[in-house]
Amino acid sequence: MIRKSKAHKFGNDINTDDIIAAKYLNTTDRAELASHCMEHIVKDFASSMKPGDVIVAGKNFGCGSSREHAPIAIKAAGASCVIADSFARIFFRNSINIGLPIIESREASDRIEAGDEVQIDTKAGLIKNLTRKETYKIEKYPPFMQAIFASGGLIESLKRKRKK
Amino acid sequence: MGYTITEKILLKHTKEKEVHPGKFIDAKVDLCLGNDITAPFAIEEFEKLGTKKVFDRNRVVLVPDHFAPAKDMKSANQCKVLATFAKKYGVKNYFEIGRMGIEHALLPEMGLVLPGDLVIGADSHTCTYGALGAFSSGVGSTDLAAAIATGECWLKVPESMKFVYYGKLPKWVGGKDLILYTIGDIGVDGARYRAMEFCGETIESLGIDDRLSMCNMAIEAGGKNGIIAPDKITSKYIKAIKNKPRQGFGKIYESDKDAVYAAVKEYDVRKITEPVVACPNLPSNTKPVSRLKNVAVDQVVIGSCTNGRITDMRLAAKILRGKKVNPSVRLIVIPGTQKIYLECVNEGLAKIFVEAGGVFSTPTCGPCLGGHMGILAEGETAIATTNRNFVGRMGHPNSAVYLSNPAVAAATAITGKITHPDEVM
Repeated sequence: MIRKSKAHKFGNDINTDDIIAAKYLNTTDRAELASHCMEHIVKDFASSMKPGDVIVAGKNFGCGSSREHAPIAIKAAGASCVIADSFARIFFRNSINIGLPIIESREASDRIEAGDEVQIDTKAGLIKNLTRKETYKIEKYPPFMQAIFASGGLIESLKRKRKK
Repeated sequence: MGYTITEKILLKHTKEKEVHPGKFIDAKVDLCLGNDITAPFAIEEFEKLGTKKVFDRNRVVLVPDHFAPAKDMKSANQCKVLATFAKKYGVKNYFEIGRMGIEHALLPEMGLVLPGDLVIGADSHTCTYGALGAFSSGVGSTDLAAAIATGECWLKVPESMKFVYYGKLPKWVGGKDLILYTIGDIGVDGARYRAMEFCGETIESLGIDDRLSMCNMAIEAGGKNGIIAPDKITSKYIKAIKNKPRQGFGKIYESDKDAVYAAVKEYDVRKITEPVVACPNLPSNTKPVSRLKNVAVDQVVIGSCTNGRITDMRLAAKILRGKKVNPSVRLIVIPGTQKIYLECVNEGLAKIFVEAGGVFSTPTCGPCLGGHMGILAEGETAIATTNRNFVGRMGHPNSAVYLSNPAVAAATAITGKITHPDEVM
């Protein structure tokens, strides 16, 4: 994944009610979920997103509910990746399971500002901040997660296992 | 080197020969759970797998409790997805409205969770069952789909944190206060990715309802699971369950003396001299109740998977008996299950709530997550025995939620301002 994209910046402890409020959970329609993504914090967030943009946040991103609607809304809103200082546990595994790339990096979370243009190279393990002319190192997923991710998510990985 | 209770349960449920924090395992699940919000996505994913049957018809649990009784057509459709799936695949533990309860109050009460079990649920508060000495953890819908199909779930073995409580609990201070105090101390990510093991003499004398309330909120500190080693109180609770769907009393595990912890926290509970309240907008934003006496509220909610059990109802009724809800306040009382509802009726608690001027509702998660049955308008404030007070959690983004134990909530309903129970008794 090497792609130029714009960063949208959020603070610490962004919870799943912020990402997608409970009142919208009476649907599984991805486009509808995307249209309400982050609206408690940034009213027109969904319309400000361009395909491939990245979300950058502080610590404990995605805390709260187990609702998979949260990473689904983010993915459906067009985000190619979420970068945060740290992630809440269930949000982290849900993202892996649905194939939404997420990267834990304190440095990137600190340094990247709203509107910065970034480029992510997972093979080299680097995030390039083109606006600030900086580079941040990122860790690789453990092999167990890489395997799920390479299949495109948990269900696809299970399907492959079953075919074998 | 010894194992913690969490590590022992995980080891027992995997083919691996040893476990250690950070290791990824495929674990067999004893039970998996979904509700009307999370199961529809799980069922979509399950169908994609093209599997003809669920891994075990007795070990899948589906509970429509969040937007149920259905608040609108979309919610009704989601509930129907559960009912249809249960019928199609012969899922035994589908609980229809009228025979149901808030999932985390219902499952222990039905004897569906036993000590030593490994339970996953597509609901973050699945960590509640740790109170019975089970490993239980919240996951997402895709995880649930995989578990329904395979009976397995991938897990990373967590580090454990030990929380030791000693001393006799002061009056009006219970499990809810202990967990709010703890989250206030360590923060909303203080136990992120970790098991929270609660122990010590205070816990050993704590009733099951209070333990369930504590483990329920492990997720609010970022915990993977909350857990309390089973003891006499646990055995008594399990033995008292009638018509248990499963044989036996589970398997008792406890941490080895030389088990390794990422951190140990000790609390002298005598220092928590009064009930603890979490202020908006995080469960960690805690204060002693008397510091908040000028906060006026529009609504009081007593219920939820945190504090909708019979002892919570009894505590609230003790405060409200013979008294009236303040004219400027709406009181909503929601027992956790049909069984608790009936107990409230038989013990005269329902009468106390209604005569005081409160609403007494059928079990639902409704108001806790701003779903239905108690949505806050712009600028309104509530105190609730629920588990989260995030921005807009109970309704309008410009509304506020305080979290407390049932005694404080009931006292507040009487005065209209956040109140120490002693003031109205």
